[in-house]
Amino acid sequence: MDKGKAVMGSARRWAVDFTDNSTSHSSRDILDPPGFTRASQEQDDSAVSKQKKDAEANWKSQKAWEVAQAPFKNLFMMAFMMWMAGSTVHLFSIGITFSALLQPINALRGVGKVFEPYKDNKVDLLAPKLVFIALNLVGLGLGVWKLNTLGLLPTHISDWVSSLPPPQDVEYSGGGIPL
Amino acid sequence: MGCRCSSSYLEGPVQNTSLQNEGRRALMGCLLAAAAGIFFCEAATAVSTSRRAVHYVAKWKGITFMTSRQGLGVGGGTPYGFDVGDSERGTVLKGLDLGVEGMRVGGQRLLIVPPELAYGNKGVQEIPPNATIELDVELLAIKQNPFGHQQYIGKVKHAVFHTQKAARKRVVVSTEENVVASLDLRHGEICGYCHIFADVITLSSGGSVLRAWNLPDGQMVWESTLLGSKASKPLLLIPTNLKVNRDNVLFVYGNGFIHAVATIDGEVIWKKELASEGVDVQQLIYPDGSDTLYAVGLLGLSQFDVYQLDVKSGELLRHYNMLFPAGFSGDLSFVSDDTAVAMDSTGTALVAMHFQDGQISFHQTDVSQLIQDFSGGAVILPSKIAGSFILKLDSSVVFIKVRNDGKLEVVGRLGHADAVSDALSLSDGQQAFSLIQHGDGKIILTVKLSNDWTSNVIEETTQMDHQRGLVHKVFINSYVRTDRSNGFRALIVMEDHSLLLLQQGEIVWTREDGLASIMDVKASELPVEKDGVSVAKVEHNLFEWLKGHLLKLKGTLMIATPDDVAAIQKMRLQSSEKSKMTRDRNGFRKLLIVLTRAGKLFALHTGDGRIVWSLLLNTLRKSETCENPRGISLHQWQDPHHHALDENPSVLVVGRCGHTSDSAGVLSIVDTYTGEERNHMGSVHSIAHIIPLPFSDSMEQRLHLLVDANGHAHLYPRSAEALGIFQRELGNIYWYSAETDKNILRGHGVRKNCVLEVSDEFCFDTRDLWSIVFPSESEKIAATATRSLNEVVHTQAKVTADQEVMYKFISKNLLFLATVAPKAVGPIGSVTPDESSLVVYVIDTVTGRILHRMTHHGSQGPVQAVFSENWVVYHYFNLRAHRYEMSVIEIYDQARADNKEILKLVLGTHNLTSPITAYSRPEVFTKSQSYFFTHSVKTMAVTSTAKGITSKQVLLGTIGDQVLALDKRFLDPRRTINPTPAEKEEGIIPLTDSLPIIPQSYATHALKVEGLRGIATVPSKLESTTLVFAYGVDLFFTHLAPSRTYDSLTEDFSYALLLLTIVALVAAIFVTWVWSEKKDLQEKWR
Repeated sequence: MDKGKAVMGSARRWAVDFTDNSTSHSSRDILDPPGFTRASQEQDDSAVSKQKKDAEANWKSQKAWEVAQAPFKNLFMMAFMMWMAGSTVHLFSIGITFSALLQPINALRGVGKVFEPYKDNKVDLLAPKLVFIALNLVGLGLGVWKLNTLGLLPTHISDWVSSLPPPQDVEYSGGGIPL
Repeated sequence: MGCRCSSSYLEGPVQNTSLQNEGRRALMGCLLAAAAGIFFCEAATAVSTSRRAVHYVAKWKGITFMTSRQGLGVGGGTPYGFDVGDSERGTVLKGLDLGVEGMRVGGQRLLIVPPELAYGNKGVQEIPPNATIELDVELLAIKQNPFGHQQYIGKVKHAVFHTQKAARKRVVVSTEENVVASLDLRHGEICGYCHIFADVITLSSGGSVLRAWNLPDGQMVWESTLLGSKASKPLLLIPTNLKVNRDNVLFVYGNGFIHAVATIDGEVIWKKELASEGVDVQQLIYPDGSDTLYAVGLLGLSQFDVYQLDVKSGELLRHYNMLFPAGFSGDLSFVSDDTAVAMDSTGTALVAMHFQDGQISFHQTDVSQLIQDFSGGAVILPSKIAGSFILKLDSSVVFIKVRNDGKLEVVGRLGHADAVSDALSLSDGQQAFSLIQHGDGKIILTVKLSNDWTSNVIEETTQMDHQRGLVHKVFINSYVRTDRSNGFRALIVMEDHSLLLLQQGEIVWTREDGLASIMDVKASELPVEKDGVSVAKVEHNLFEWLKGHLLKLKGTLMIATPDDVAAIQKMRLQSSEKSKMTRDRNGFRKLLIVLTRAGKLFALHTGDGRIVWSLLLNTLRKSETCENPRGISLHQWQDPHHHALDENPSVLVVGRCGHTSDSAGVLSIVDTYTGEERNHMGSVHSIAHIIPLPFSDSMEQRLHLLVDANGHAHLYPRSAEALGIFQRELGNIYWYSAETDKNILRGHGVRKNCVLEVSDEFCFDTRDLWSIVFPSESEKIAATATRSLNEVVHTQAKVTADQEVMYKFISKNLLFLATVAPKAVGPIGSVTPDESSLVVYVIDTVTGRILHRMTHHGSQGPVQAVFSENWVVYHYFNLRAHRYEMSVIEIYDQARADNKEILKLVLGTHNLTSPITAYSRPEVFTKSQSYFFTHSVKTMAVTSTAKGITSKQVLLGTIGDQVLALDKRFLDPRRTINPTPAEKEEGIIPLTDSLPIIPQSYATHALKVEGLRGIATVPSKLESTTLVFAYGVDLFFTHLAPSRTYDSLTEDFSYALLLLTIVALVAAIFVTWVWSEKKDLQEKWR
């Protein structure tokens, strides 16, 4: 042990220390290429990505809200068109009303698809979705209301009675002035 | 072209005579005795029912003053439409009406119209008098009425031939339908423009109105009213050498007076009362060249009276009479100017009466002296043979000559004769007459001369359709053959009222004039078209179809050549399969089964109006068991729709053997496809009511209840199955009877089987349930109306403008009944408004409950009413306003008015469709309104459609013999003077005091249905369209679409254009799709 010590201390030309005292790179068996500094790299990377991810989430949620609120503008448009169409039944008013009905229905059917691009772990899409649905329902309501003002909804008793055949008589009577 | 004169009251004699204006020609002197009428003859109306649409440019001296081409749109203005013959009524220029005659659709004409056919010598506005104008006309369309208009005249009573002139030969006839018509002898057509140089003198209204008519145009020359106190048999005498001038008179006996009337102007020169002593004047005699007029009559059937009057002054010169104690039976027959013959009251002796110069002598001869095997039942036939008469016995006909001393002498005898004509004077002073005898399926016409009883001038045998029955009357006329001998033609009236002309043993023409007296109509379906059309036929049709539509397309695109246009027209004519004998998709082709007064059934095809089959019903012919048979009504007996489809439909014909209510009834069932009698029952019980029940058996035979005069109800068909069905429903079957003489409305129920000597399980006793007695001093039953049994009602709700619902009270058991004050039963104007009132009732006939009662003060009948769905429309006369009035009553159900919960209706938990009973105390409320109406109405009907969705029209048969279709919207009790916008939107018309008569709403257009008596409506399969059949002396058929034909395309609809458009659209879609695909790809490669 001494001799060794002496050797080591005095006349040692080279030595390789096989002990791997690195903790962090214990798993790594392939060295990084020359010029590559992992430490700084890894440190930088994580910071930037975190930052970026936050921005994206923000953007997505912003977009989602935008999409969710889009029908709102449409509502005014629709309302104006309906007002223009008047309350008499003709081709134009029926066209407007049906487009007012179809648009929300189609939108509601495609709620998932509309918000697909904005799906993110960090983004909460529930609220915009609800707003979107609510606004579309308002639009739908507007359409139905228009349909009603046009008198196309069977809300009156007359709409149900008209198709009923007259009741039959139980008794039967005939005759007249004798021939 | 037809012109025919008809009248409403025809009871007097008519004489046809030629009153020569210059007096050059002696009169024809032919006699249409004992038949006459008030004749109205409209200037010839066109038979063709077409309506034309034209474009015209009217120019005067090159300046356009009127045109239909100017206007908005590509095609220019609205084409001008008019009916053929409109110019007769002055609604269209004569030149235009005549000028388009014979034009084809698409054709153009330049008409140069002389002033007399244009604006005449007066001018109009900027057009000066006597201007010749130019009309540039293009005929755009001709609309034909499918079946249109058929003219008949009825059973001929008298006929006068008019063949002397070189002009077209005519026969003037007067008929039982009060028509005088002139028929073309060659074809049997009614002719208007017949130039008869003769006038017709008619006596009508019981001998009180005498009129002279000019025949060519039916103009009335003069009219005189002859007043008198006492009704009597009207007589008319026209002296044989009459000339038209002031001194020439004709003599009329009517209302107890003899009148001498100037022939030139109808002035009454003198009159003399004869009836004061109660003498029934039977003949006026005016011997040639004397100044004495003889009036011969009977007093109380035993005294023979002769009056001699001065022709010039009417002074009674002499009156003598003689009593014949044994009494006469029947009328006198005059064999010469001073001799008459009659039967005595025992019917076994003939009395010849000779009267001259105040002397009357009777010569009584027993018939058995003349005829050895005489066994009673002799009748003198009126024949007007000079010096002779014909005696008809049971099995033979005897000709008896009256000698100057009053002795009778048998000059000839024939086996039997069914009809004998009047004597016809021939040019050589002889008289000829003809006899008709029936053989086996043929008739034998014999013509004899009066001076030679044994030999026949002519004996001809003609085959005769046995559906025409017996010969009833024969009229003969002679003509000179090329070999200068006399030929004879005979006009024959048959049992079925048809008219035939026989000449040289051939039937020259026939007329089915029985159709002028239709009693009842029922519609029947035609057979279904059988499958099995060959492929070749389909291909051919397909090709034709395509070709036709291509042509039409060319026409639409205005690139068609004139040849193409002609081809289109031809195709249109060919494609109209309206006369096929099978059902069509729209249900327009049907058979109309009509029952005529003669007891004959006809099936008329609705397509072209031809007679498909006819059947003279044996049950309705005179026989020993049935003396006076007459048809009453037709009923749908079997109408296979659901099952039993291999059965043919059939109708039930109900008739009666006498005129009283207790005479035996006759029934017969006739197959409507083949026209064969399937079954008949003669002389059954009496028939007072015929009640078709709403049940049918497995063969789809409808159950009928026939109530007899004793109140027993008899069930038909007499089968166990029908009995089973009936007994199941027994408790719910009621009947009522409106006894007009007793002023009582009685309701009855049907009970158990009746007790008779012979047990009859199909006979049921009835019991009285209720009765409504109308106060006899103030009310008399005038009219009743009920809903048609076959009417279909689509909905029970009436939706108002504010989306509220009124529930209609719809019941088949409602009766509308109108009563008038007994004083006001007479004609209009016979009572003051204060004395008259009209009371209307709506009564439930099951319970006898009066649902509605309303009094119209100051109104009177005649009342015409029609009941449909929940409303009644009736027509009457308002004495205060001096106008006709129409009222409407609508009945609504109050009990259902509370059904206002939508949820219940959505879920179906309501009871709106469950059957209701009349005993559930209906709560109803009514709405009614009255309107003035300009026309008097003869008959009323309402349109009926297959499902009852289409709005209704009330069809009014006006006094002018036209059919007016009045929208029910005008008869809506919710009309107000100022309707709200919502009500306007609902279609409520602002209230006006009178109903508008829009000229376009005449269903008959410009035509007249002469003597209109009834209107029948039949639904077609097309909901929008109803078939209307109006009948009187004429027949008229048309389609009506009360709300326009909303459910079918027009005939002109271009399927090719539609097809082309679709193909073009599909092509466009395809091209744009390919194009967009390409573009997409290019985008992606960029």
